[in-house]
Amino acid sequence: MLNPSTAASVPTTYEDWQATYGLSSERTGPFTTLSGELVKALYTEGDLPDPAAIGLPGIYPFTRGVYPSMYRGRLWTVRQFAGFGTAEETNERFRYLLDHGQQGLSTAFDMPSLMGHDSDHPLSLGEVGREGVAIDTVDDMQTLFGGIDVGEVSVSMTINAPAAIMLAFYVVAAERRGIRPDRLSGTIQADILKEYIAQKEWCFPIDPAMRLLGDMVEWCSTDMPRWHPVSISGYHIREAGSTAAQELAFTLKDGLTYVEQAIDRGLDVDDVAPRLSFFFNAQIDFFEEIAKYRAARRIWARELRETFGARNPKSWLMRFHTQTAGVSLTAQQPLVNITRTAIEALAGVLGGTQSLHTNSYDEALALPTEDAVQIALRTQQVIAHETGVTNTIDPLGGAYFVEALTDRLEQLAYDYLRRIDQLGGMVEAVKQNFPQREIADASYELQTEIDAGERVVVGVNRFQGQGDAEIQTLRIDPALERKQVDRLQGVRARRDARLVDATLGELRDGAARPGENLMPALLRCARAHASEGEIIAALQDVWGGYRETPVY
Amino acid sequence: MKSPSARKLRVVVAKPGLDGHDRGAKIIARALRDAGMEVIYTGLHQTPEQIVETVIQEDADAVGLSILSGAHMTLVPRIVALLREQGVDDVIVTVGGTIPGNDIPELERLGVAAVFTPGAPLRDIIDFLLRSVGDRTPA
Repeated sequence: MLNPSTAASVPTTYEDWQATYGLSSERTGPFTTLSGELVKALYTEGDLPDPAAIGLPGIYPFTRGVYPSMYRGRLWTVRQFAGFGTAEETNERFRYLLDHGQQGLSTAFDMPSLMGHDSDHPLSLGEVGREGVAIDTVDDMQTLFGGIDVGEVSVSMTINAPAAIMLAFYVVAAERRGIRPDRLSGTIQADILKEYIAQKEWCFPIDPAMRLLGDMVEWCSTDMPRWHPVSISGYHIREAGSTAAQELAFTLKDGLTYVEQAIDRGLDVDDVAPRLSFFFNAQIDFFEEIAKYRAARRIWARELRETFGARNPKSWLMRFHTQTAGVSLTAQQPLVNITRTAIEALAGVLGGTQSLHTNSYDEALALPTEDAVQIALRTQQVIAHETGVTNTIDPLGGAYFVEALTDRLEQLAYDYLRRIDQLGGMVEAVKQNFPQREIADASYELQTEIDAGERVVVGVNRFQGQGDAEIQTLRIDPALERKQVDRLQGVRARRDARLVDATLGELRDGAARPGENLMPALLRCARAHASEGEIIAALQDVWGGYRETPVY
Repeated sequence: MKSPSARKLRVVVAKPGLDGHDRGAKIIARALRDAGMEVIYTGLHQTPEQIVETVIQEDADAVGLSILSGAHMTLVPRIVALLREQGVDDVIVTVGGTIPGNDIPELERLGVAAVFTPGAPLRDIIDFLLRSVGDRTPA
């Protein structure tokens, strides 16, 4: 029992606490999130939103998760991204991963493939098979998935500007094995708007690029019912230096723009929206990231239901993949990156991600070694099986700070959505460099804070000097480039050159006719063994290329 | 002979190859500009030939090459060789990006004045350029 005099000195109300806090000393701040949002010393019941905004998992507005059972039902999918060398090397890695229990495949393409250049293009020199697998023709695609039952295994492909061409290669490679497109399941990233905003791997001006995407989405809606034709990606926006709110707003607006385009083409919102999925970053500011995912679910559900009138509840679900932040990794004391990645991955999990990629500790230096990849994989397994965070659904739901921050991010995102609408929509905003400029400013501001030592990066501007010892990094054999160029030139020598010219000619004609869906022409080019670079060049003959006016 | 004291330092910030990671290059470009230098940012996807042409046309004192794609051991030697072929021997060449430590000695041997890896403070890069361009030209 407390005696009355002691009880009187213990703060019992918020005001009492505030008075006592005012008397105590405070560390030197800044008390802000990584994105610069002010954080109060204490959050209480008074900061909670309307209980309906929090809700329950699997129920609109899905703040607490898209499924009623979340990780009590099944854990997130471990989806590590892989690809290097030629199709042969990556095929070996894919089969190894499948033999070791991975359920789906995730394909990384090399830079030339991402930019629509063949491996023997002058700009491809030194880049072939280096950051991903080199794919030039349908023959490479066939080798890539040789011995893998693509009618059963779901395949993700991270490629954007040339997505429709790569999808045509994939469909034709499957067709040659007697597998129809309606049996193929997987995802192609194809998020072209974020290329102009952040990732900068483009082939065409924005308008024809949007048309090509629309053609692919429309074709998939009838011919590939199990396929996810776009994965709307905030990951690269964040890596380019955006704040959490910018990542949230620009990504959702890109997604809403694709939905609008599909509706404009006469598709039903409920046929398109359930097959869209998202891809977000997991940065190091733990609570800000969790709040970001929760706000994203709520905004998407509301916009799809209220603004677009979607009736199918599946259209309201913002399902997403998470990858830990490459930019948070440091070249100094690289083993410390294991800790950063673990914390970021935990944020993704507590934010309710559907799948997760954890980065390897050596990625500020090079592509990861096998040992480093294994630690990254084990990090997910520790979170899944040792920490206990998966025992209950959305364990942070209702936490004063988390809910208040979720609300704050939602408000900040809506501010951006309004500004983009005022500029005439996302396509127009991108043409005016609006998101690009916002991101450049945010990234510069953060860097100046780090340089000034106001924001601590362990091993970089504080606690430097120990553990910088050299670690072994992965080296890609330069002979693989020669091997891929030989493969491509072999295909060119064997194919029917007249058929290639004829199909490329048809493609050019189709590109010049705005109302025509280009997927059938692309499939014919693929069947004729036209190369990716030749197909892109044919389209560029009609549409031109793209050159940005950089803002910094 | 150029006299750095008589005019602003002119720096070309370049993105060779297909790599689209331009966050670092843009931050450096802005920081050098804020430090009073004349900065020419090439934009993305430049060939070695285009970069060398820009360096010559802009009469640059230094060129910073930003590479995060792993293609540095192909691109940097090519750019350095082209500069030599063109008779350019007084331009400071620096490299920034994801460069493994064991590639750095070889880059330095080729004539790269400094390699800045992730986490290098902006101040160090600015100071390095001021110092090395100053050292290069007798006062």
